[in-house]
Amino acid sequence: MLRRCLNRLLGRDERRATSRTIYVGHRPCHEAEVFIPPKFCDNRIVSSKYTVWNFLPKNLFEQFRRIANFYFLIIFLVQVIVDTPTSPVTSGLPLFFVITVTAIKQGYEDWLRHKADNEVNKYLVTVLEDGKEIKTESEKIKVGDVVEVEEDETFPCDLILLKSSREDETCFVTTASLDGESNHKTHYTVPEMDKDLRSLRATIECEEPQPDLYKFVGRMDIYMDNQEPARRSLGPENLLLKGATLKNTQKIFGVAVYSGMETKMALNYQGKSQKRSAVEKSINAFLLVYLCILVSKALICTTLKYVWQTQPGQDEPWYNQKTRKDKDGNQYLKMFTDFLSFMVLFNFIIPVSMYVTVEMQKFLGSFFIAWDRDFFDPEIQEGALVNTSDLNEELGQALLFSHSSDHLAAVEYVFTDKTGTLTQNNMEFIECCIDGFQYKNKEPSYTERSSEVDGVDVTDGPVNQLQQKAGMDKEELFLRALCLCHTVQVKEQADQVDGHGGDQVDGGLGPEGFIASSPDEVALVMGAKKYGFTFLGMQSNTMRVMNRDKEVEAYQLLHVLNFDPVRRRMSVIVKSASGQIMLFCKGADSSIFPRVRQQEVDRIRMHVERNATEGYRTLCVAYKLLKNDEYDIVDAELREARLSLQDREDKLLKVYNQVETDMSLIGATAVEDRLQEEAAETMEALQGAGIKVWVLTGDKMETAKSTCYACRLFQRGTELLELTVRTLEDGERKREERLYELLQDYHKKAVQDAPPVRAGVTRNWSSSNQDYGFIIDGATLSLVLNSSTDSNSSSYKNLFLQICQNCTSVLCCRMAPLQKAQIVKLVKNSKGSPITLSIGDGANDVSMILEAHVGIGVKGKEGRQAVRNSDYAIPKLKHLKKLLLAHGHLYYVRIAHLVQYFFYKNLCFILPQFLFQFFCGYSQQPLYDAAYLTMYNICFTSMPILAYSLVEQHICMEVLQENAGLYRDIAKNAMLRWGPFLYWTLLGVYHGLLFFFGVRLLFSNSALQDNGQVFGNWSYGTIVFTILVFTVTLKLALDTRYWTWVNHFVIWGSLAFYTFFSFFWGGIIWPFLQQQRLYFVFANMLSSVVTWLVIILLILLSLLPEILLQLLRKPRGPHSRQKNPLVQPAVGVNLYPMSQARPLLMKADESNTIL
Amino acid sequence: MPKKELETANRPDNTAFTQQRLPAWQPMLSAGIVIPGFVLIGLAFIGIGVALFITSRNITVLEMDYTGVETSSDCFKCSAGTIPNCLCNLYFTLNDTFPGQVYFYYGLTNYFQSHRKFGVSVDAYQLSGDTYYFTNPLNVCAPYQFVNGSIPIVPCGLSANSMFNDTFKLYQLVNVSKPVPLDGRGIAWWSDYNVKYRNPTTTPLKNAFNGTIKPPCWPKPAYELDLTDPSNNGLVNQDFLVWMRRAALPNFRKLYRRITGPDYASGLPPGNYTIEIAYNYPTMIFNGRKKVVLSNVSWMGGKNDFLGVAYLVVGSLCVVMSIVMLIVYATFKFPEDG
Repeated sequence: MLRRCLNRLLGRDERRATSRTIYVGHRPCHEAEVFIPPKFCDNRIVSSKYTVWNFLPKNLFEQFRRIANFYFLIIFLVQVIVDTPTSPVTSGLPLFFVITVTAIKQGYEDWLRHKADNEVNKYLVTVLEDGKEIKTESEKIKVGDVVEVEEDETFPCDLILLKSSREDETCFVTTASLDGESNHKTHYTVPEMDKDLRSLRATIECEEPQPDLYKFVGRMDIYMDNQEPARRSLGPENLLLKGATLKNTQKIFGVAVYSGMETKMALNYQGKSQKRSAVEKSINAFLLVYLCILVSKALICTTLKYVWQTQPGQDEPWYNQKTRKDKDGNQYLKMFTDFLSFMVLFNFIIPVSMYVTVEMQKFLGSFFIAWDRDFFDPEIQEGALVNTSDLNEELGQALLFSHSSDHLAAVEYVFTDKTGTLTQNNMEFIECCIDGFQYKNKEPSYTERSSEVDGVDVTDGPVNQLQQKAGMDKEELFLRALCLCHTVQVKEQADQVDGHGGDQVDGGLGPEGFIASSPDEVALVMGAKKYGFTFLGMQSNTMRVMNRDKEVEAYQLLHVLNFDPVRRRMSVIVKSASGQIMLFCKGADSSIFPRVRQQEVDRIRMHVERNATEGYRTLCVAYKLLKNDEYDIVDAELREARLSLQDREDKLLKVYNQVETDMSLIGATAVEDRLQEEAAETMEALQGAGIKVWVLTGDKMETAKSTCYACRLFQRGTELLELTVRTLEDGERKREERLYELLQDYHKKAVQDAPPVRAGVTRNWSSSNQDYGFIIDGATLSLVLNSSTDSNSSSYKNLFLQICQNCTSVLCCRMAPLQKAQIVKLVKNSKGSPITLSIGDGANDVSMILEAHVGIGVKGKEGRQAVRNSDYAIPKLKHLKKLLLAHGHLYYVRIAHLVQYFFYKNLCFILPQFLFQFFCGYSQQPLYDAAYLTMYNICFTSMPILAYSLVEQHICMEVLQENAGLYRDIAKNAMLRWGPFLYWTLLGVYHGLLFFFGVRLLFSNSALQDNGQVFGNWSYGTIVFTILVFTVTLKLALDTRYWTWVNHFVIWGSLAFYTFFSFFWGGIIWPFLQQQRLYFVFANMLSSVVTWLVIILLILLSLLPEILLQLLRKPRGPHSRQKNPLVQPAVGVNLYPMSQARPLLMKADESNTIL
Repeated sequence: MPKKELETANRPDNTAFTQQRLPAWQPMLSAGIVIPGFVLIGLAFIGIGVALFITSRNITVLEMDYTGVETSSDCFKCSAGTIPNCLCNLYFTLNDTFPGQVYFYYGLTNYFQSHRKFGVSVDAYQLSGDTYYFTNPLNVCAPYQFVNGSIPIVPCGLSANSMFNDTFKLYQLVNVSKPVPLDGRGIAWWSDYNVKYRNPTTTPLKNAFNGTIKPPCWPKPAYELDLTDPSNNGLVNQDFLVWMRRAALPNFRKLYRRITGPDYASGLPPGNYTIEIAYNYPTMIFNGRKKVVLSNVSWMGGKNDFLGVAYLVVGSLCVVMSIVMLIVYATFKFPEDG
């Protein structure tokens, strides 16, 4: 783990630190130079961890690095070395079992990895060597080799694209195996270079490998004979990543820049960081308590032993003389070994099997999520995904608490992204506003639109006639801007590989004909098309647009000033056929308005704001004419910035900002994003479950706010506390003062004046209790978080947190991705360290998904990055409800019960053994036979609890889903707090005492049979053990609320097995045993009537309080609700008919009144 | 590694297990079940308790300390351990008949047979008659493994060495002292006597012990433990077996003999008795006491009032609780009856 972090850190540093130089084709730049090939790693991918030779030592080392395994190893070694009461087998066998199983599993996985590695490494590729094409194995590729890749092959290493078979110097790739995005991406060859690769002499200078898939900086120097080398900048668009697949392109040539373990894919091959769950923390705390119990037990016994021995005659009575060795030893050493012996004797209180069982429960339990058919989405043909890939990885450290399913319970805060999560990210062009005039598309009515999937009906011709309001020029300019200012591609037919697809397209493209990274762009291009301007595609730097008169206009694309979430805008610079150079820019209003002439703004601002309140996503479009000389400067600057190796992004940003000024605003667009299915119901359920929902979005406040209303996160009665740039603007005073004032004000309102209702406690929806909603935007948030003085900052933060905690919902708009994570972190680390859950679908949500305790990815439209980084991926937002309320709740109850039960059953297992020390002269005499000691946790009592922890449903899933309030029962880790732990511990103590002293009283006369014969110590132990096994099993049976055949089988099966085993174990003289201690003990025990009676008595007496408690608790507890006779559903019947997707954001009258 | 399951994931199987919809029995502890249940259990327990209590009360026990701590005791002279083969008498009088089959126990207190070192120090192979271990006793037998470092001890170990070696003879004092016949058979577990412990097959038995030595504390070697009855001699001597079954607690009693004979098979008649004790076993050193116990047994074994009382208490508790519950639930109108 540490090493990984270190690697990551180093990797990040290296980006700026060094660069590497690569000689294309291993040819020196000048003939004269002696070529010394630089050393890079070879192209072998090694994902396997072990070889045949180092498997055993390395694997063992890895396994024993785990603290638990190490602890058991120590116990085992103590048993081997010191004279201890139990044979090393008792602890060695379980440990050996665990270690072996883990080793076998890891060995198998490693074998699979070896196989996969070999497949990749031995793959035959074609390399150009001295002008000849040579087939070689993939692993032999060296950095600098020129590699040929054909269509549908994956790239064997990271390549710089030199030559493509396509005429427009591009190639298409899919990175499905890298980031899951299956759309075709265009990559470009190095511009303006000699196409004869045989004679090409060039060096590439690029940064050292770094894991970011989307970043690459480099430059290429091409050496011609006796000329200054020509310099070309290289970016991610030139880099073909290992693991990606070539599509739509016959073949390409590329030069290897990163190979083997230095490829971006290999660098990205790393597990996610471990998130420690609340359950895990509880387990660790409980473990500590039990360790203390263990140590104090051993200490007490050791002390008492030596106190007791000082009495005359006790230390060494004549019948129990010590050996010479025992007599001579050092007193303190003897004390120490005695202590160790006691530790060994009592070590069963912390059993190996608990780790195994918890691990198995976690592993198997999470399958239920992936198996759930309700999570299946027919649209994308996928169900839920539990990202267990790191499980395999982390099991490398054996039995780590590797999964966080238990997080799903006790979630207190949900952070949700808006776009694509709350909304469908299914964009539809609604209207535009050109030069202050509104152009509304009236044709498709609300109802019609709701039935469509892709929004626009292409056939409606009459729409082309815009209402003639703005000037024709402006209109056309605006529509051209929409057609040109984007990075949309026209999708080619799959069977067309020659790259001439564009010619055949004549406007008949279906709506799926456009591919873009963001659905907004598609919606805009579609919108332009509806108004008569069709984008036909790109052909070698020429964008072709069909205008209203069905004429094709060609624009030469000079530069694309890429979109990024910080600038929140993008631009293109194009040159029209008439030689005009134009810059078109589109972006968020906040980023456009400051950059255009102010008189234009006012006309449009109104429209933008109104559209935003209606929940539409608005973009403003601006343009600027560039004179030739102006352009030349810009061009030079851009090129220079692109070529720089250091701080390229910063430099580019600077140039972009310079260029995108003094533009004139043409208009604005409004795109609608529909709500997800059942978004409102889901949000309502979450709030009902006592979970606070925070919406974190990059969107405009008005848009986000109306979405919140639509999702019923804000109700009509909700009083909104707004902390945005708008409310902060108060003329004369500084923002910070105003901020403080507002914070104080809101704090008073929401925290101090509010009745002291704690979160998670019942919150009624009646009007008597004022609900508060809080709104903050990115700029203000950074003001809050990064205040000028430290003291202020912390007080701001506290005020902010306190206000937020008292609000039902919080909306954070205009968030940068990193700010989202900041907020999550802020809440996560706040008082009480609440469990947080982040849900999102896009790359911008990754940071918050990683930050939160539970990260959930929605399999949305914005690629797969969120899914890849999540703990769980679900197809739709609505599935969150079941995931949390049903799966999370059940999962938590199961694992919490499992943990508590495990501690309990080992406490009452070991307590009699401890008490027995008082009756055997503190001699570490075990009460139970070694077989019982070993098998108790492995065989006799493990299966029932495992089955319970997999199938128990104390409340039916349907009921859990319907009654969100039930989730509050488990809020704040309710079942694993100290209270329940104390209860279980006391129960264990009570049982332990009862077992031991009950039998002790019985043995006050050990003649228990009608033939007068007496029972000995092994009979004593066996009676206690029998009571123990039956009691703990029946205790579990009492707790079981959902008796499937599995439960019946394991519970009664365990008891039967115990009985059978005891007969068997005591029925045979086992040749491998030194002492036949248990021979006939069990059978003899059963032949005694009083033994039966005492067993029955003690079992009943132990369970009596439990039965009473259940009776008393029932009327209040959730259990009563289960009596509903309807909750038992017929198998396979879906109780929930698919409810209608909410067709619209909201009905028009619902939202517009706010503001 | 690329995740293949993403592409191939189909709709999950619709089985009851995967959908967590296994048919299940969902029991509820409702008042309607619990109250009658408690009454039934309570009554049953009270019944058993009464039976146990009465049975236990009917068991007669006569327990006598003969350690010889008090000077008045006849065994005082022996308790110092200075007189070899010291004999002492323990007198007692029965006013009523001691009914039924009477069992003769000896008891020890403050004696830690359950001490780990004591219990471990046994060679089970020896005791199962394996003559190889006669000459090569296990190391766990130390310090009673070898005498003088070379002569193996059979049976070896602390447990065997410390075998209780007081012997008792019971006489009824009529006119002359009339010996009460004591039967030493059937005092050890059947499984111990017939399976677990075996003599070597060598005949005579003595030859099997050639080259070995008796445990230091034993007055005579194992093959002379019972010369009258070959089936009770050597390693299957029942006194030895009884001793070797370690008691669980430091105060214990072990079965010594059953009182048999035509006159005593159904009980000891009233009268004066004496027990002639061959006092060999030192216990004063470790502050232990020695006792003889005469007791008859019933179906529940020896006398033990605890179980009967416990059953009565728990039974009445159940009944009381069910009454309380009945009152509570009647008051609140059986909130969820049915």
